[in-house]
Amino acid sequence: MDRKREYLQGVRDGVPIGLGYFAVSFSLGIMAKNIGLTPLQAAVMSLLNNASAGEYMGLTMIAAGATYWEMALATLITNARYLLMSCAMSQRMDPAVPFQHRLFMSFDITDELFGITIARPGYLSPWYMYGGMTPAIPGWMIGTALGTLAGSLLPLRVVSAFSVALYGMFIAIFIPPARKDKVIAVLVVLAFAASWAFSVLPMVSALSDGTRTIILTVALSAGAAALFPRKEEEADA
Amino acid sequence: MNVYLYILVMAGVSYAIRAIPMTVFRKPIKSRFIQSFLFYVPYVTLAVMTFPAILHATQSQLSGAAALAVGLVAAWLGADLFKTAVACCAVVFILEFFVV
Repeated sequence: MDRKREYLQGVRDGVPIGLGYFAVSFSLGIMAKNIGLTPLQAAVMSLLNNASAGEYMGLTMIAAGATYWEMALATLITNARYLLMSCAMSQRMDPAVPFQHRLFMSFDITDELFGITIARPGYLSPWYMYGGMTPAIPGWMIGTALGTLAGSLLPLRVVSAFSVALYGMFIAIFIPPARKDKVIAVLVVLAFAASWAFSVLPMVSALSDGTRTIILTVALSAGAAALFPRKEEEADA
Repeated sequence: MNVYLYILVMAGVSYAIRAIPMTVFRKPIKSRFIQSFLFYVPYVTLAVMTFPAILHATQSQLSGAAALAVGLVAAWLGADLFKTAVACCAVVFILEFFVV
């Protein structure tokens, strides 16, 4: 059946995500331990949040003894890019798909799962996304818990190699369409250049990674949309 | 301050951010500008997050840059997500094993 095929393809594409998450969340776990969280607390945090920068920010707020309102605001700002991703996904949902799938899919809108799910042509497949979540959620949660437990047992070299898996997947998502579409190709080059510039320029480099990502995404995408609007039939390119 | 309450606040806000647009925008947005904007968003945001962050993800910028180059070439030649990710990891592992 179609659902099964979609799900299994999602699992396959989700495996490198799960491995990458494991490596990244391991370092998050080490940080959680340093500010006094138990492995269980760290695991629950990762299971319910699924956000690297967001959890990093959350841990710094816990360490600082922030109020719950400050925590809410910091989470909102750090994770605001998921609002954009959720908007983009809402426009690619099949109207015939039952409503509850939107609720389940929303739970794990991360940079990576968003990337692989939206990269496929046509309507989004909830089952493909659930397949991706299957290795991704445990990878993220277990990595965090083990990081809290085991700290620095894993050789640094292994962590270092794992940590580029996520970027490798990002590259595999934006390069194929860039190869076919000149506007996307130019956008990718501009995004690289602007992102690098924002990381070194005074003032803006002091902003958090999440905030810089939002500013650049909105500015470049809006510019491209104004100058090179898509034709209807290209919407699934 | 309770750690679990902190975690619940984080989780509630994170979920709301992700679920509200998905559940509110049930019908296609008609505006061609918004449609185009949302079409470009994923590619731009992933490109922004990749560079220069990949250079700082590894122990040396050299292996990060090599991973970027290998990833770009592999994806250009048609490697899928998994193969591209493995190629990037492998080049970092090998480089840091021998060089760094």
